[in-house]
Amino acid sequence: MREIVLAARDVRRDYPVVGEPVHAVRGISLDVAAGDWVAVVGPSGCGKSTLLNLLGAIDRPTAGSISIRGKDVARMNDAEATRFRLTGIGFVFQRFYLMPTLTASENVELPMSEAKVPRAQRVARARELLTYVGLGARADHRPYQLSGGEQQRVAIARALANQPALLLADEPTGELDARTGTEMIALFDRLNRDGTTIVTVTHDEELAQAARRVVHMKDGAIVDQVVRRPLGDDAPAARGATA
Amino acid sequence: MMLRLALATLSRRRARTALTTAGVAVAAAMLLDMVMLGSGMRESFRGFIEQQGFQIRLTPRGTMPFDSEATVGGGAALVQAVSADPDVVKVAPLIGSKIFSRVTAASTSANTPPSGADSVVAAFVLGVVPAVQGDYLIVEGRELAAPDEMVVNASYLAATGFAVGDTVQIAAGYDAQMRRFAGTRTVRIVARARFVMLGGTERAAALPLETVQAMGGPERADRVSVVMVATRPGADIETVRLRLEAADARVSALSTAAALKFVDERLGYFRQLAFILATVSLAVGFLLVTTLVTVSVNERIGEIAVMRAIGVARWRIVAQVMAEGVALSLVGATIGLGLGLITAKWLNGILAAFPGLPAAFDFFYFEPAAAFRSLGLLVLCGIAAGVWPAWRAATLPIAKTLREEAVA
Ligand SMILES: Nc1ncnc2c1ncn2[C@@H]1O[C@H](COP(=O)(O)OP(=O)(O)OP(=O)(O)O)[C@@H](O)[C@H]1O
Ligand SMILES: [Mg+2]
Repeated sequence: MREIVLAARDVRRDYPVVGEPVHAVRGISLDVAAGDWVAVVGPSGCGKSTLLNLLGAIDRPTAGSISIRGKDVARMNDAEATRFRLTGIGFVFQRFYLMPTLTASENVELPMSEAKVPRAQRVARARELLTYVGLGARADHRPYQLSGGEQQRVAIARALANQPALLLADEPTGELDARTGTEMIALFDRLNRDGTTIVTVTHDEELAQAARRVVHMKDGAIVDQVVRRPLGDDAPAARGATA
Repeated sequence: MMLRLALATLSRRRARTALTTAGVAVAAAMLLDMVMLGSGMRESFRGFIEQQGFQIRLTPRGTMPFDSEATVGGGAALVQAVSADPDVVKVAPLIGSKIFSRVTAASTSANTPPSGADSVVAAFVLGVVPAVQGDYLIVEGRELAAPDEMVVNASYLAATGFAVGDTVQIAAGYDAQMRRFAGTRTVRIVARARFVMLGGTERAAALPLETVQAMGGPERADRVSVVMVATRPGADIETVRLRLEAADARVSALSTAAALKFVDERLGYFRQLAFILATVSLAVGFLLVTTLVTVSVNERIGEIAVMRAIGVARWRIVAQVMAEGVALSLVGATIGLGLGLITAKWLNGILAAFPGLPAAFDFFYFEPAAAFRSLGLLVLCGIAAGVWPAWRAATLPIAKTLREEAVA
């Protein structure tokens, strides 16, 4: 049996708004094993982003439990959750969200610096990661000097900086054109094959096809799950996903 | 790296940072000037009073030195009585009055007087005992040695066109309608001097005490305006003061401390104003920094949310935001220190030209401790200004902020 990295049990999230609260996530249970790649898909507003934020401990569930590597994320205080996000989770956002005043390398170093990784070590690892995502030559460039696809690669390198147990990505191809999106999918595929556990939320059919498992959501609940490539099956993924 | 992030924010918006820094610098300069102004006049007075070397002043009861035209009679006897006190080492009687100098084409030796060929120049005159006087410092020439000698200041020379060495005509009184002089004397100018208690622009002269008394006719005979008293080193000034006051019912005895207190009271309004303006400067500095830091936090709210999302601790965000405020107020205060000193000097020049003020009177007194204390206070304000925006930045709801950023 593979280790279960993520175990969510009956997770709910209500947004208090005037009148009837919005039940964005209503009772989701989900297990993700080490090395898996889950794509969460569903119509807009079905609660995908909300779920991802809960899994990544940047938001708290109204009810239910989320355990990542045995730690109950839902019950952490702010300091613990922050620490957990730093070392346990890698986040990739639709809009990249790099620090505009830092170079690509510094952006990747930022979480390591926060985790008190010695300077020489973090500089070396930032180079390594940037090379891994194909941007070895752009380490000293600032975000505005990079294309959207390149920025997203830097963001992925940043997410991997502290070797997280889980990589979470919310619409990572949402802001990219089709070709760049395909390249990004190939990068995710390579990451996953190299052992990274990934949960992506997406509208992008191509991205969903590349994942090992597709979870369909509707109205805050999981309505269907399809295992496309079981763990251990490392045959080339669906179209476009070759590195 | 966090510090770099904070400072990068400031350098990203150069113009805005520069403007805010300039604002803080102006507030700091204003604060410094007000602190300097608050103590400046007092310190100047102290300097003058102490420079004269007398600790006690006897004046007609109920008046301040030269506060009015009041005089007391029996000056010689008073001086003698005071001198008899075992703790008194020096007694300098003074009389203050006016003289009128007749300026004719013939009377000027060098330049033609600016006021015309035949005119009358009024001046303040002090009757002094040359051996003990502490009222002027000779710049050129020598001390009074005879009854018909006179010491004058530069303003007097400028107004009359006279020069040191000239023999001139003066009078104790002048009737402008009748063009008639009263109590005239012919005296020789023996020195140009700086009168410590008088304004640089005020025309002033000094004559031997007896000469001034005699020029005033019988009603001024043996009268004095002030008797300056120097005490023996180590003597208890307050005891001596009380003793002198008790000895003669016609006079008040005022110690340096009391004189300063009097000055303090008179300047109370002034200092209050300075205090209020200083407080306003602090508030302005505070608001400027809060505004800039708040704007900058709002601008970076997404960035901050991302930092929080990827695991940057709250206190690091707080430190980052506050570093901005600290950097701004430190730089602002440093520039403000220079700016404050320059403006103080400039304002001093303007204010010193006011008539009736002693030459070299300083309105602004630079006391390093007070200056640095006030600027330190400003920097503290800058730090405090960052607290609220920093806390807001550190406690923002991460998911909600990111969502709003994505919408924006
Ligand atoms: N802060 C909030 N306050 C109130 N309602 C919210 C808030 N955030 C999300 N919602 C609501 O929760 C529901 C789920 O939103 P969520 O962003 O998770 O959907 P999504 O599946 O990610 O949609 P999309 O595919 O368009 O990104 C939506 O109906 C949304 O309006
Ligand atoms: Mg979404």
